[in-house]
Amino acid sequence: MAYMHIGKDFVPPDVPGKVTGRIKYAEDYARDGMVYARLLTSPVPHGRVVDIDASAALAMDGVFGILTADDVYPDGEPQSPGLKVLTNEPTLMGEPILAVAAIDEKTAEDAIAAISLTIERLPFVLDPLDSLQEGGENAYNGGNTFIFREGFAEEKWTADQVASFRSGSEPTAEALQSWEYGDLAAGFAAADFVHETTFSTAGYPHMSMEPRSAMAYWENGKCYLHGTSQSLSAIAEPMAAIVGVPLEDFVFINEATGGGFGQRARAGSIPSMAIPAKLSQKINRPVMMRVTREEEFTIGGARQGLQGWLKVGFKADGSMSAMDMYCISDNGGKGGGGDANSAAAGVSALYQTEAMRFRNTSIGTNTGHRGAQRGPGENQIMAVMAPIMDKAAESLGLDRLEIRKLNAAQNGDVSGPRSTPFTSAYMPEALEQGAAQFDWEGKKSRARQTNGSKVRGFGIGQGYHNAGRSGMDGIIRLMPSGRLQIHNGVGNLGTYSYASTSRAAAEVLKMEWENCDVVTGRTDRHLPITSPQDGSNSIFTNTRTCFGAAQDLLAKMKEIAAMDLGGDVADYDVDGVRVHQIADNTVGMTYAEVAQRGMELGGKFSGESDLPEELNTLTALSVSRLAGSALMGIYHDPRHSNNPPGFTVTFMEIELDKETGKFDILDLVTIAECGTVVHPQGLANQLRGGAVWGIGLSALERHLYDPQNGLPASSGFWQSKIPTYLDTPAEIGTGWVDLPDPENPVGARGIGEPSMGAVSAALNAAISDALGGHMFDAAPVTTDMIVNHIAGISEDATPLAQNNFRG
Amino acid sequence: MNPKLTRRRFIKGVIASGAAATSTTIWYSANGQSRPAGAVERMIRININGQMRNVDVAPQETLASTLRYKLGLTGTKLGCNRGECGACTVLVNDVPSYACSVLTHSVKNMRVESVEGLEAANGDLHPVQQAFVDELSPQCGYCTPGQVMSAVGLLRSNPNPTREEARQGMAGNICRCGSYDSYLNGVMRAAQIG
Ligand code: FES
Ligand code: FES
Repeated sequence: MAYMHIGKDFVPPDVPGKVTGRIKYAEDYARDGMVYARLLTSPVPHGRVVDIDASAALAMDGVFGILTADDVYPDGEPQSPGLKVLTNEPTLMGEPILAVAAIDEKTAEDAIAAISLTIERLPFVLDPLDSLQEGGENAYNGGNTFIFREGFAEEKWTADQVASFRSGSEPTAEALQSWEYGDLAAGFAAADFVHETTFSTAGYPHMSMEPRSAMAYWENGKCYLHGTSQSLSAIAEPMAAIVGVPLEDFVFINEATGGGFGQRARAGSIPSMAIPAKLSQKINRPVMMRVTREEEFTIGGARQGLQGWLKVGFKADGSMSAMDMYCISDNGGKGGGGDANSAAAGVSALYQTEAMRFRNTSIGTNTGHRGAQRGPGENQIMAVMAPIMDKAAESLGLDRLEIRKLNAAQNGDVSGPRSTPFTSAYMPEALEQGAAQFDWEGKKSRARQTNGSKVRGFGIGQGYHNAGRSGMDGIIRLMPSGRLQIHNGVGNLGTYSYASTSRAAAEVLKMEWENCDVVTGRTDRHLPITSPQDGSNSIFTNTRTCFGAAQDLLAKMKEIAAMDLGGDVADYDVDGVRVHQIADNTVGMTYAEVAQRGMELGGKFSGESDLPEELNTLTALSVSRLAGSALMGIYHDPRHSNNPPGFTVTFMEIELDKETGKFDILDLVTIAECGTVVHPQGLANQLRGGAVWGIGLSALERHLYDPQNGLPASSGFWQSKIPTYLDTPAEIGTGWVDLPDPENPVGARGIGEPSMGAVSAALNAAISDALGGHMFDAAPVTTDMIVNHIAGISEDATPLAQNNFRG
Repeated sequence: MNPKLTRRRFIKGVIASGAAATSTTIWYSANGQSRPAGAVERMIRININGQMRNVDVAPQETLASTLRYKLGLTGTKLGCNRGECGACTVLVNDVPSYACSVLTHSVKNMRVESVEGLEAANGDLHPVQQAFVDELSPQCGYCTPGQVMSAVGLLRSNPNPTREEARQGMAGNICRCGSYDSYLNGVMRAAQIG
């Protein structure tokens, strides 16, 4: 289908501000009379605040006030595992206990030094399996796990059960969570190749480049909060609740977000923004809270680590007949996540497993706050699975590409415990396209070729994430000037989807993009609700809402034209400038005229009546404030059916130096299968960025904690360690299948998360290939592990270790 | 003491945690918002973006703090405030430098250029900025001003770099969004049009 905007590049309106430094992040704002907050954070990994004596601090010149957990939670802290605004019961080192506001940060820091904090030191634990073992410490005060609707609980295995799991056996304890489909026993009975192993994948921090600084002030009873988020409108209502202010008196300002990756999607993952808001309310001055890199590490979220066991069977033809997976998920000191569940569902989706069982138990540790991070679960497990697919292919005498094609998801396929159909799926096409672009057939014979100490390795990776939601709203306005204002609450965190999804509205109305404005940046610009903009869903979800709002506006334009100029609604069309009769296009009205007329008519035309019944609260508030200002298109998106997948495929060639354990990526081609392409440059950026993240997952990034004191040892970019220019290839090949999805009006689905999983998978497979098929069953595979393997030394000092070095 | 703690792992842990343990101290002292007892603040003149500016600078104040909090030049970003990321990169006498790790007093007689100084008087973008727009190099944009300044510095010293030279030249700037390839496309395009 020929589109005017969809599939075309454009300059998103914020890009000039990014290259000139003019666009503002929360910390770039200042306000007259602004004072500065600093945090007193937990000096221990697990403790209980017994007493806070701030009298000396509060008597100091330039100190304006203090905020403690007792101020925030006068009725006591919620008994849940999530991050608190402030806490008296820290369960990780560095968790914020109180904040002090002062004339400047030095004074605030001096005041904090003058506070006498009495804290009871409690036992801590860093590895889920250490906690799980009988007699092991519990990370939380009420146990080591949290059971939905029941609360904190204690889960213990015998020492033998833990030891046997660490030494490679299937866990024998009953799991807290499970699902199953198909006939597992029959699947394994039919298998010609069965592989069984334990595995571990590391947790590691998000490390968004912008620390989550925030500034707040109150004016005329309203709270204005400059913060950071993945979605302005999804954050607004829950954030107002955390601050304790009615939604109508809360303004969230967030023009640009310096990275999110899952931990700025929901208010519950950034409650620290409430600190300056509540301090400002208490001392009646604007408060800026600058967050340091170390604090960002602590409260900025981390991927869940997995300690697992799996057994997978393949029939002689290469099809995956059975998969049995058991995980222990590291819930860290706060939060938690569904990584293990998503990992299992991801295997089912990508490899079309005929029978499957999933079991999981989540256990807390006194380490970084856990929550969703780019492709949570899927991206870790694909790194573990890719070398297994290669081993299966080798054992069954199949080509590595062929075994993937054979198991690939296609239109009509289903996945997961509920056998949910895909909205569409073109994985075989993606594999073929990637193979052609990479020249798999021409290159694959170079695998394992050596040149001195260097050896070539090849990897094919696949990625998947469920990538689309619905049930959100759209608001657009045709102004009396003839311009289109597209209200969009999607956060501006670098995907440009706030702008690219808005173009679906311009498409419907056939308007030039220069005549359209995206209205965003602060909630008092009256935004519709969006989903939290996590889970790769923006492209699918918000093209639906923008398209729907534009359809509503289009119908109203035609209705007004028919009313004023005669004829039937069906007699009219639009050309981007005028609404006119199809038979005689001299009979019509300009967009400016029809907008003016809509305002005069009022009622449903200007958003004053006949609103969609199911509008979300924030959207309804926004519409009520915009009513009468323009000819309005308002839309509530009904639920879609089935699972819109984002699929990716990566082909990679590496050269690994057996003397140093280091490798260079010589070639990397990554292909997206995400429906119709909406914004090619934006998609290429997601594929390249995802590739960098995939390299981090499989080779570099992990949490490290000092086992003696529970101190985080990877709180900086360097120790963490996120990939740099020199860890990544100088060029990354990209491509896309570009076939439309029927559940989206412009055919589009999301891609941000699986863009990483295929690369993490391909890299682990390539490392394994270079080492003659050796499988580490882990991510990351660090140079230490490679060198130890080559030297014949055990890779693991403690098998399945979490939050520590493996070797 | 954790009985499983080997000497090697303990040493690794302590070394790795060193930077973390000192980071807060660096942050406050770098901010330079108040004067330590006994120290004397000084009004100094520095050349920023071609203009001589008078500014009251504390002895321990970093250039990033002066630019951002004294002069309102918030285009220079702080990603780590400890010399790890390059988000704060500015040019000092044409050399890309981490403004978070340079004391303002040390640049008194030097030319400092921040991202705000690159546009032409008529508002035209610098070739690097224009190339970064054309290539859609930024994602979240937080590292972008630092990437721009590193690229400008690189192209002044090497106007026609190979892609590999550009990669090496830009290597002091981290991008968590992973937009490296897109930035390199921008650098190569800027070299052509610049
Ligand atoms: S802020 Fe200066 S290097 Fe990171
Ligand atoms: S564009 Fe986000 S950190 Fe570089």
